[in-house]
Amino acid sequence: MKVLVCMSVVPDTTTKIAFTENNTQFNKEGVQFIINPYDELAITRGLELAEANSGSVTVVHVGPAENEASIRKALSMGVNEAIRIDAPAHDAQYVAEQIAAIAQGYDLILTGRESIDYNGGAVCGLLGALLNIPSVNVVTEINYQDGTFSFTRDIDGGREMLSCKAPVVASAQKDLCEPRIPNMRGIMAARTKPLQVLAPQDTQIASAYTAYESPAAKSGVKLIDADNAGQLIDILRNELKVI
Amino acid sequence: MSVIVFAEIDNQQFKKSSLEAISYGKKVAQTLGLSCIALSLESLSDIDSLGQYGADRVISLANNAAFTSDSIANQISEACKSLNAQVVVISNSYTGKSLAPRIAVSLDASLATNVISLPDTAAGFKVKRGVFSGKAFAYTDLTKSVKVLALTPNTFDIDASGSSVSAETLTIAASTSAITINNSDKEIGKVPLTEAEIVVSAGRGMKGPENWNMVEELADLMGAATACSKPVSDMGWRPHAEHVGQTGITIKPNLYVAIGISGAIQHLAGVSSSKTIVAINKDPEAPFFKAADYGIVGDAFEVIPQLIAALKN
Ligand SMILES: Cc1cc2nc3c(=O)[nH]c(=O)nc-3n(C[C@H](O)[C@H](O)[C@H](O)COP(=O)(O)OP(=O)(O)OC[C@H]3O[C@@H](n4cnc5c(N)ncnc54)[C@H](O)[C@@H]3O)c2cc1C
Ligand SMILES: Nc1ncnc2c1ncn2[C@@H]1O[C@H](COP(=O)(O)O)[C@@H](O)[C@H]1O
Repeated sequence: MKVLVCMSVVPDTTTKIAFTENNTQFNKEGVQFIINPYDELAITRGLELAEANSGSVTVVHVGPAENEASIRKALSMGVNEAIRIDAPAHDAQYVAEQIAAIAQGYDLILTGRESIDYNGGAVCGLLGALLNIPSVNVVTEINYQDGTFSFTRDIDGGREMLSCKAPVVASAQKDLCEPRIPNMRGIMAARTKPLQVLAPQDTQIASAYTAYESPAAKSGVKLIDADNAGQLIDILRNELKVI
Repeated sequence: MSVIVFAEIDNQQFKKSSLEAISYGKKVAQTLGLSCIALSLESLSDIDSLGQYGADRVISLANNAAFTSDSIANQISEACKSLNAQVVVISNSYTGKSLAPRIAVSLDASLATNVISLPDTAAGFKVKRGVFSGKAFAYTDLTKSVKVLALTPNTFDIDASGSSVSAETLTIAASTSAITINNSDKEIGKVPLTEAEIVVSAGRGMKGPENWNMVEELADLMGAATACSKPVSDMGWRPHAEHVGQTGITIKPNLYVAIGISGAIQHLAGVSSSKTIVAINKDPEAPFFKAADYGIVGDAFEVIPQLIAALKN
């Protein structure tokens, strides 16, 4: 079984998000970058499936050389080889088109449910359509038998069990597995594993970020006495009319 | 040319988020001088009423095959092509997010998800979208001639001042699906968290899963959906579908009540766009109070019963 995992590199979750250049650029200064948490799940489940079916896992990342530390981390988790497409991740459509160009020949392609920076949740469906294969979003379970993958996925208000033949692309949701932590041997091995750098394809750009904005700060909390907590209900009902 | 809005159905009803999308679609259509068409996969008995929310035409698709993302996306894309869609509007539900990217590829369109503004068409086609899991917003200019927009629920008002129109039927060749649905389980009548107008959420301060009865009772009385912090779902006290925050679901209800949740940056990321935030915590220094509109410094086990009593009153 050949598995391809798409990996994005995102600011650590504790990052205070700020912008520079008159709010047109994300301020990377002092920011720690990590593998997108959902992509860690995709990598881990991809490894488990490949190990059980004498397969291999490739990770692909669209981004600059400075993200190679995160790619090495994926390799140290057990991934066999990596591809970096040397271009800024312009938007989800650009990323999907770049990945589609190298995604032939895999049985299973995995993405995260969404990247925690741009939150598009789009790459899985985009890849499915570009490769003309089925896509299954937000999966919490993936199993494989005799050329068929079965999935459990979150749907609005519940879940759904479905199956389809390879090749298929799916996006990883929490509960899929526990992320694998690299061990010393994995870290040593990762240093010499293949990391191929490819030039991007020419594609038509679909969107451009022009500016960013931070949420408005709250004006200050109004405290209600705990011994008279029922007053909150009165405010919600009669002043704010939200309940 | 037209603005096409996909009207999603849940439990034999058009979803509220789809009505929001239709009213939004109408405004976009007016700005661009186009007509707004609501598209449905089924002809529900009240389908004509979609006109009230802004649809100039209402169309139900005949012949739709399996309810799987690949086949539905094909059906909608074919309909969009035959109706000469300029803008396609979908709600940002799990269903919407599974369809929107595939439709965008079929139509060679620009795609934006988590959309929270009307387009600014003064120069180009700019929309505002939520990014960094609620920690920021971004303006993006969609440069292809066709656009697919997935709207964040609870963001746009429903305008029901239009009038009913009689629905038409459009026949699209059935498309096959590579996916087989084996089973599904769904809580009937339960509002998905992302679309709930009121959310009652609780954290580790509730001490254990056995104490959620009072949280649920409070939520029921308020007509709220329930949510929780990450550790609460990690420990299996609550299902992962309730986990909100940077690595969970991002929500935007009118009212968010956080009980026994400290207010870590990753949690706040997912909920800070809520219109009104109430924090209940026994620690006056809890960071949540800085992000809240109303706060009660007190023990949840004493505060919740008072709230329940006041609601029953
Ligand atoms: C990579 C990463 C991603 C993360 N993503 C998320 C995410 O998406 N969502 C998320 O929620 N967290 C996330 N976290 C975890 C986050 O950092 C916090 O640890 C978590 O939100 C804390 O949950 P909590 O507030 O329920 O628990 P705690 O931090 O333990 O807080 C419990 C609170 O309850 C109060 N309390 C205790 N007893 C009572 C009582 N009787 N009455 C009233 N109040 C009481 C305490 O004062 C305290 O403030 C993430 C962390 C990491 C590292
Ligand atoms: N720059 C990137 N390189 C490789 N994969 C990516 C990149 N950006 C996003 N992805 C993948 O697409 C998923 C969803 O991203 P998004 O559509 O941006 O929310 C991520 O979880 C990754 O699996």
